[in-house]
Amino acid sequence: MANVTSLNVNGKRLRVDVDSQTPLLQVLRDRLNLTGTKYGCGEARCGACTVLVDGQIMRSCVTPVGRAGGKQVTTIEGLEKDGKLHPLQEAFLKADALQCGYCTSGMIMSASSLLNKISKPSREEIVKHMDGNVCRCGTYARIVNAIEIAAGTAKEVAE
Amino acid sequence: MNDDLELERYELFEGPAYQFNFNRRQFLKAFSGGIALIVPMSNLVARTLQQEQGESGSGRGNQRVPDEIGAWIHIDESGMVSVFTGKVELGQNIRTSLAQAVAEELHVPVTTVRLVMADTDLTPFDMGTFGSLTTPRMAPQLRKAAAAARETLISLAAEQWKVERTAVRIVNARFINHDASKSLTLAEVAKGQKLVKTIPADVQVTPVSDWTIAGTSVPKVDGRDFVTGKHQYTTDMKRDGMLYGRVVRPTAMESTLVSSDTKAAEAIPGVVVVRDGDFVGVAAPDQQTAIRAEKAIAIHWKAPGQPGNEELFEYLKKNSTVSSRGGGRPVGSIADGMAAADRKLSQTYTVAYIAHAPLEPRAAVAEWNDGKLTVWTGTQRPFGVRSELAEAFHMPEEKVRVIVPDTGSGYGGKHTGECAIEAARLARASGKPVKLVWTREEEFNWAYFRPAGVIEVSSGVKNDGTVTAWEFHNYNSGASAIQSKYDFPNQNIQFHNSKSPLRQGSYRGLAATANHFAREVHMDELAHLVNMDPVEFRLKNIKDQRLKAALEAAANAFGWSRRKKGCGIACGFEKGSYVATAAEVSVDAKTGRVKIERAVEAFECGAIVNRMHLNNQVEGAVVQAIGGALFENIQFKDGQILNGKFSRYRLPRFSDMPKIEIVLLDRKDLPSAGAGETPIVGLAPAVGNAIFDATGNRLRSLPLTP
Repeated sequence: MANVTSLNVNGKRLRVDVDSQTPLLQVLRDRLNLTGTKYGCGEARCGACTVLVDGQIMRSCVTPVGRAGGKQVTTIEGLEKDGKLHPLQEAFLKADALQCGYCTSGMIMSASSLLNKISKPSREEIVKHMDGNVCRCGTYARIVNAIEIAAGTAKEVAE
Repeated sequence: MNDDLELERYELFEGPAYQFNFNRRQFLKAFSGGIALIVPMSNLVARTLQQEQGESGSGRGNQRVPDEIGAWIHIDESGMVSVFTGKVELGQNIRTSLAQAVAEELHVPVTTVRLVMADTDLTPFDMGTFGSLTTPRMAPQLRKAAAAARETLISLAAEQWKVERTAVRIVNARFINHDASKSLTLAEVAKGQKLVKTIPADVQVTPVSDWTIAGTSVPKVDGRDFVTGKHQYTTDMKRDGMLYGRVVRPTAMESTLVSSDTKAAEAIPGVVVVRDGDFVGVAAPDQQTAIRAEKAIAIHWKAPGQPGNEELFEYLKKNSTVSSRGGGRPVGSIADGMAAADRKLSQTYTVAYIAHAPLEPRAAVAEWNDGKLTVWTGTQRPFGVRSELAEAFHMPEEKVRVIVPDTGSGYGGKHTGECAIEAARLARASGKPVKLVWTREEEFNWAYFRPAGVIEVSSGVKNDGTVTAWEFHNYNSGASAIQSKYDFPNQNIQFHNSKSPLRQGSYRGLAATANHFAREVHMDELAHLVNMDPVEFRLKNIKDQRLKAALEAAANAFGWSRRKKGCGIACGFEKGSYVATAAEVSVDAKTGRVKIERAVEAFECGAIVNRMHLNNQVEGAVVQAIGGALFENIQFKDGQILNGKFSRYRLPRFSDMPKIEIVLLDRKDLPSAGAGETPIVGLAPAVGNAIFDATGNRLRSLPLTP
């Protein structure tokens, strides 16, 4: 089996040396210390491990690292620019769209791919797009609110 | 306050309940300088006022440091305020709400207050973060300690300026004299001090009406760390030379190990294999190698035959014994009550086992250094886990340190230390730090569940809606909220222990969901029996004004009197707070699929500390309740969990979300109660009653599947 020797993550070319079948999640977390991306279920059913590969949502727990070779991987650590939070990160704080926070990285990554595709999604589009991400604390309404705040379509900020 | 709370059978305990090990000696060793205010342990475990009134301590001056310390506040010589508490943050936002309480009394910004939480070497003993106790017990005591600290600091500032202490005020972390011509910072006052006090009995705290920091929606104090992915959960930790662990699990519960062949695994470079009794585990330099090693072990288990969920409810009843706890003495006479009734009803209700499924699975990082064991792990009971570790490794508790990073939720599911013990065992064998993260399947199979149960209710009612007799028997699911706030003149309420085929324990609200489900569906059935409106019928049997207020608030916000077909309501009380939930459902005639269209919940827990986080907590409980109400149900047979993964166990998702409206009743005249649990209890019965309203089909089992 061929090894993967480098990965483009958050705009940087990083050296690794791993079996191409290793899940991308493990490489990000254990080799590259990018632990913002989480393990939740190992079968792409909860979205905690969501990253973007060339702008597309990938559940990194079931994605062999070989499939990310030569492509641009974006993780939660790549959203903040020069100490300035991404609008979605700001919006999640504003809407208090988290409790324990363990799903938050995956939620924000999924939402960012949505806003990249549709700048002002409807509520139905948000629900449909986000349905693969689980928040066990049940903050869904606040997450929808946060996405609307980031998209500039929120009528109000939840209290 | 429920006096029996700590003894509730279904808060899962393992090991001793009280181990007051952070004592005077340890405190004095840790205390370097500045000013410290101590909350004695007795204040936190005190049942009610009488013990508080009996507190020793005289106002000003140094006092004896109590033998057993419950929490303390430290203002160091740099002016930093630190609060030391054994409580754990799991998303309920107590790191924020406790900081608010302390900041309020000290008159400092929330940002100057740092909470040191759940580290058995640094924080005083705490029994655990459960039972909705942080807000009603820990917060008022920290508030008193902060108020006492403020008064002490004011006296010190007055001494420095040689003025009367009444001439000194503290505003926004600065001490100022009467005409604001002089000021001092916290650091300037605390510098050079070495002052330790126990909170005096006469300390006055800020009345709720004067709150300016508490009672406001302060954002999550470290929210930025979570939205940027920087927060380090246990699962994210890394130590130098750390190995990754895996445990070889039996094929069924209660299995014993017959034979194992570990040679092939041991031959893999870097792999350490441990076999100790029935424990078989591996540690390796990376996860992939650990998985490979685990798979290379040939192993045979012997499993006893065990009941499955098809025979569960019969099994629970057959194996039951009456418990002395939780029911309470009969009131009046059931025979008289039944004789006075116009209509009678007997029904049986059941609830399934369900899983907590915290998104961060159990995890631990264990490290041995010179005979001392340190374990980072996500648990709700750091001191309980320390006891478990000490016992497992036959060592004194002083040699074990448990640290709990803010954790990826628990919901009552993280009371135990099995993952910590496993990681520590692997670390001891390999001589290196070991991280063990349970897989989702392990989390389903080897943790514990919310108890399943059978509840039998017999009642009598007059045609005018007065309930005359109420007999209620709960088998196995638990005694929480088995008593209600209804005014039933004749009642006999019993909890019956049983033998649970699955490992069971604490869950958000414990049995309060099961008992509310049975009671509130039964009340709905009685209302229909006597042709009364379900709200009017309940009000007829309620004298408690707080329950009445919650029910009316939910009914009004919902528009109960103008409702369409498919609506139901429920109300209740538990752990000091009141809840009423109204739901509207639609049921697909062909598939029977239930969609909750709308849920309105009124909630009252005394004075509100942080409206935004309370709203969030109540909404979250309603969403989590959807799972138990409609689809969560552990399937098992012969000691195997048949649906123990997310692809087989349906959790509430975005598309399950109804339109949710929360009505918070702020009772500034009442002490704040906890709010993490009780908001979960009302949805299931409200939805059950709504399904009946929609279809005429009365469902008496959770989950509700028409």
